[in-house]
Amino acid sequence: MKRREFIKKGLQAGTIIGASLSFPGFVSNYIFKENYSLSGNYDLVAIKGGEPDKMFDEGIKSLGGMKAFVKKNQTVVIKPNIGWDANPERAANTNPKLVARVIEHCYEAGAKKVYVFDHTCDDWKRCYSNSGIEKAVKDAGGEIVPGNSESYYQDVEIKKGVKLKRDKVHELILDCDVFINIPILKHHGSTRLTISMKNLMGTVWDRGYWHRTDLHQCIADFSTFRKPDLNIVDAYYVMKKNGPRGVSLADVVIMKSQIISTDIVAADVAATKLFGMNPDDIQYISLAHKLGVGTKNLESLRINRIIL
Amino acid sequence: MIDFTEQIPPAFTKYVLYFQFIPSLLKSLAAFTILSTGFLLVLLLTALFGRIYCSTICPLGFLQDIINYITKKIKKRKRRFEYLKEQKILRWSFLAFCVVLFLFGFAIGINLLDPYSIYGRIAGNIFRPTVIGLNNFISSILTNFKIYSLYPYEIKSFNLIPFLITISFLILIAYLSVKKGRLYCNTVCPVGTLLGYISKYSFFKIIIKDEECLSCGLCERDCKANCIDSDSKIVDMSRCVMCFDCISLCPTNGITFDYKKSIKTPEPELVEVDESKRNFLISTGVYLTSLSTILAQVKKQIVVTKPSTVPIFRKYAISPPGSQSIKRFNSICTACHLCVSSCPTQVLQPSFLEYGFTGMLQPRLNNKSGYCNFDCNICSEVCPTGAILPIDIEKKKLTQLGVAKFIKENCIVYTQRTECGACSEHCPTKAVHMIPFENNLVIPEVREEYCIGCGACEYACPVKPYKAIYVEGNPIHKTAKKNIEEEKPQQKVDYKEEFPF
Repeated sequence: MKRREFIKKGLQAGTIIGASLSFPGFVSNYIFKENYSLSGNYDLVAIKGGEPDKMFDEGIKSLGGMKAFVKKNQTVVIKPNIGWDANPERAANTNPKLVARVIEHCYEAGAKKVYVFDHTCDDWKRCYSNSGIEKAVKDAGGEIVPGNSESYYQDVEIKKGVKLKRDKVHELILDCDVFINIPILKHHGSTRLTISMKNLMGTVWDRGYWHRTDLHQCIADFSTFRKPDLNIVDAYYVMKKNGPRGVSLADVVIMKSQIISTDIVAADVAATKLFGMNPDDIQYISLAHKLGVGTKNLESLRINRIIL
Repeated sequence: MIDFTEQIPPAFTKYVLYFQFIPSLLKSLAAFTILSTGFLLVLLLTALFGRIYCSTICPLGFLQDIINYITKKIKKRKRRFEYLKEQKILRWSFLAFCVVLFLFGFAIGINLLDPYSIYGRIAGNIFRPTVIGLNNFISSILTNFKIYSLYPYEIKSFNLIPFLITISFLILIAYLSVKKGRLYCNTVCPVGTLLGYISKYSFFKIIIKDEECLSCGLCERDCKANCIDSDSKIVDMSRCVMCFDCISLCPTNGITFDYKKSIKTPEPELVEVDESKRNFLISTGVYLTSLSTILAQVKKQIVVTKPSTVPIFRKYAISPPGSQSIKRFNSICTACHLCVSSCPTQVLQPSFLEYGFTGMLQPRLNNKSGYCNFDCNICSEVCPTGAILPIDIEKKKLTQLGVAKFIKENCIVYTQRTECGACSEHCPTKAVHMIPFENNLVIPEVREEYCIGCGACEYACPVKPYKAIYVEGNPIHKTAKKNIEEEKPQQKVDYKEEFPF
């Protein structure tokens, strides 16, 4: 390395650290994508062949570790999929082991508080407990917050929305410093697949509105509102049919995979391919790409593929 | 009842409610088990000691005592009760009203008058929302400080008529207890009448001892049951609720609880049942029966605001799993609303005319406020009367309460040509699945043989004002077929294979 380069990079790193301290979430949203001088050099990581927590340990390294996303004394909100009253093996909800591991990483990085919630479909108390997520969160030191009361939801404007102009969003999403999205990859009866963008549907109050107002467009519109700082797609147990609720264990395939990315669209594209489908068949992916939420061209990204 | 946080396990109620007379009696008639023998013990207790049930077991009696206690504290002037004449005809009429209707297969009489059920409704419809309101207020304050340990509880449905009926009962009972003590128990309550006449012949009795009585009248003045006539030194055991206030109050030992035969019993002649009155009651019963069937025929229409869509007509209401059939359910349920309060999804709601007049207040599945959770049978665990019989969870998952009906003309996929599928998303058996429609769209289709009528599809359907899918109740519950797709073997994955991108 030449001296000039050294100084340049040192200055860059200094700016980044300075910026990150003054503007929480700034690093992951903007600067991080533009400057690759931190230890993480990739936009997207795909991991395969391990346990959910192990795969995350390995994968997050390629993105610079959790320290690249969570700074000291920041509050973190994690949004897993806890939509259904089903156990982890049924693959209807995010794997509790993964959620717990992410919380631990956040605390190691210095997070002040880690909240976890979902606006569930089935009765929330049953979802929280039977998914195993409530216990996992508490054991990891995080706080599990209810999402099934309208009083938690605040009216917001979605400036870039084509059809979805306003919505009521959970206050934690609005107040947090860092937003981590942990969807599970699974089949979905109408949108074909539910992954990262579709998972955000659990942060709003009135899902019925999306359903009757062009579901795909609403999913794409909402992902312009508050992009998660990190998307971790759980594809350990994957529901191949009868989604999103599933009927029995026969719907599930053990894929032992995970995809981590800061780009929500890219994460969904990679997950779709992993599932064995064509991303062009999932309308909301193309719509979000058009809105500039992220890119669906994986060729333009630096991807780390890890097989454990 | 009041515990909306579901801290108390549902099975616990079995033990708490063991001694409740009417529920236990009905449960024994429905399905005799050791746990439903409480009413026998109550009868035995009564035969030995009188109406202990009314003083210590009956929750409505307890509630009246609380009301009394509060008024006593508030009022400066000491309240006085006095001996009242027994309203024998009224008492027997109320009891006969319940029995006759019950024999005709209608629980409405018991439903309206059973003290446990009245209390249940008061607790479920008035106390519970009050506590919830308080909780929500406190939790909203805590939420401002980012404390989420208390969470607000959403009441999803308000049933005006059942609420009004309940509150008028509360007002009536509160008024009676303030003005006349336990008048409800002594004149209206069918359990009180039945147990009262048994306690007339009970082994132990309240006795005024002629030799020690000073005729001061203190006992009469404080008898909330208005059953002590201190002038003639008579205690009407049929109305005495065994509070023992008189014994502790008596300045001498003039009044005791003893096994001696009482010296005087009021009006020794037996009750004459008036033939014409009996006929009147029977004809009333028959009249109500026919009225209810007429009303049941009137199809229930759900909100009419937008004429462009297809309105929903439901022929039958949906009765809870374990109730086996609407007819059976209607004849046993006393509308105590314990299941309504215990239902985690709030799908169980008191009815008004959904079951017809005689099924008034009995709970039915209201898919607007929720849907029957697939892995839940709490209502069958808590039901004290056996109207909802205990049902095994695996059996429940195949019990068809009703069948989903799809109205294509209301469906978003059809009317707006955009994706939706909310109904199929929520369907636990995939009886509602998505099939190809125009332009790569998918539209729901109901496979009725797999449908269990849980109502998840109807609840989730976002169309307004009429849903595009609704559940038509089964008058007699059926068994759904198990979805055979379940049996397909799992796919194998090669973890060393390269990524497809």
